[in-house]
Amino acid sequence: MTAPPLLRVEHLTIRFGGLTAIDDASFEARRGEITALIGPNGAGKTTLFNCITGFYKPDIGRIVLMQGEPNTADIDRLTRSVRRHGIFASGCICLLERMSDAEIARRARVARTFQNIRLFSGMTALENLIVARHNPLMAASGYTILGLLGIGAYRSAEKEAIETAKYWLAQIGLTERADDAAGSLSYGAQRQLEIARAMMTEPVLLCLDEPAAGLNSAESSKLNELLRDIRKTHGTSILLIEHDMSVVMSISNHVIVLDYGRKIADGTPSAIRCNENVIAAYLGVEDDELRLAETKVGA
Amino acid sequence: MEIFLQQLINGLTLGAIYGLIAIGYTMVFGVIGMVNFAHGDVFMLSSFIALIIFLLLTQILGLASIPLALVIVLVAAMALTGLWNFMIERLAYRRLRASFRLAPLISSIGMSIFLSNFVALAQGPRNKAVPSMLDEVFKLTEGHGYDVTLSLKQILIIAVTASLLFGLWYVVEKTPLGRAQRACEQDQTMAALLGVNVDRTVSATFVIGAVLAAAAGVLYMLYYGVVNPNDGFIAGVKAFTAAVLGGIGSLPGAVLGGLLIGLVETFWAAYFSSDYKDVAAFGVLAVTLIFLPRGLLGRADVEKV
Repeated sequence: MTAPPLLRVEHLTIRFGGLTAIDDASFEARRGEITALIGPNGAGKTTLFNCITGFYKPDIGRIVLMQGEPNTADIDRLTRSVRRHGIFASGCICLLERMSDAEIARRARVARTFQNIRLFSGMTALENLIVARHNPLMAASGYTILGLLGIGAYRSAEKEAIETAKYWLAQIGLTERADDAAGSLSYGAQRQLEIARAMMTEPVLLCLDEPAAGLNSAESSKLNELLRDIRKTHGTSILLIEHDMSVVMSISNHVIVLDYGRKIADGTPSAIRCNENVIAAYLGVEDDELRLAETKVGA
Repeated sequence: MEIFLQQLINGLTLGAIYGLIAIGYTMVFGVIGMVNFAHGDVFMLSSFIALIIFLLLTQILGLASIPLALVIVLVAAMALTGLWNFMIERLAYRRLRASFRLAPLISSIGMSIFLSNFVALAQGPRNKAVPSMLDEVFKLTEGHGYDVTLSLKQILIIAVTASLLFGLWYVVEKTPLGRAQRACEQDQTMAALLGVNVDRTVSATFVIGAVLAAAAGVLYMLYYGVVNPNDGFIAGVKAFTAAVLGGIGSLPGAVLGGLLIGLVETFWAAYFSSDYKDVAAFGVLAVTLIFLPRGLLGRADVEKV
């Protein structure tokens, strides 16, 4: 039984001048699954992430984030309108290609991390997590003014945020270092703290750009555990870009392979492992094999 | 010794006013990396607003209690100046933030010229006298032909400044708004992705800066007993100097810088010549920046990759 799709990318194309960075890519990420996006350097993985999270606007294509199981007619109806999101009887739909990055984070509840670490290094580990609860806290404190006067639900909201932050600190083993500056933590700890911070926004989809880059094997197995736990206990779907094949193969349910902006394979980890196109893309092909392939397609 | 003590008191009073203005410069610079040259004129504007409200309360509405009038003046001037700066940011800076770096800066110079001329046109370009009030003076030491005195106004200035600084510290360190400000200071994109409304946070920063400058304006009006549409320029430049001296972007630095500039200026005027007190203040800045390019409490700027 396959889970219903959460994210559907359709015919996504983006060009930078003469370079087609992503060429007609279509795929689905299913609810509650870990979907990995792999491919050689320059394949367009991060560009694809940037389209999903609103940093780039694709030239062609549609990116649909679905809550519930909305039917195709509703999605098409929303696409024909000028709206960016819609709530239908069958479910809630967000058209991400029309939204800004902040709106995608806030309304579509897609959280992301970057290839480089972007913690607020001068703030403590705990504060980094609590910043991610800015909106509920701001509302509870009556946009600061009521909070300063001690009116309203600010105290309990803050307490709840701190409890959640402490839960995540415990998950990543940083409880003792809660009050240390984030910049003073080790590289591996900072990576995990970023994921915890993204989770503090209670996302439905967590997009991780090379979370295992630069980690040693102990740290990367800890990361695997964290991601599995996020998926199992919180039901958050994960879309990740990763070069570390041991991570990809051991935790992902579904793998999508990009090469030169095109999707060349899509399937379970074991199917991808022996896919000819993928092996060719990663290892290159011999000249005679190339000729053979060309004659096969009639070029 | 008596002269030293007296100048210390005078210098700290002046420094407190500079410090309050300097916070506005340093906060705005910290959050959006822009020097708001109109900030000195916002300070000047607030001293006029304060004077108008004060005259309105005491002379037209016939409020007899000066302390009560001053409390109302302080609160109203802070609120109105905050509103002014909110509108200035909306009209003159927000759209330009996405443009090249110098655009909002140039816009702020224009806003500075506009504000000082607007006040000069509306209120007249000459000095406006403030009715004398709260003239109590306490003698701390007597004899030797020189009395060290502490006036009620000076006590008031130090007390108001200290309580506002405590309030500011609380907002920045303990509230979601302060956390959002610190987050925006470090990485606006990431803050936006975590749900922080960057525009609203920037607005709040301008309002907080203006509220503190307004308090400084009220205290200044009270202390010197005269306001002028050109007051904003020199006070603004001094406060900006204070912010840079303390390390721009650093809140304790702004206060420290303000106090230092106030002290240097007062001591120079007392021991050397009051003609060159501004030179002394700026000279201290130049010397400090040679040895500490980031200011006294400035953080080393880590270039992000």
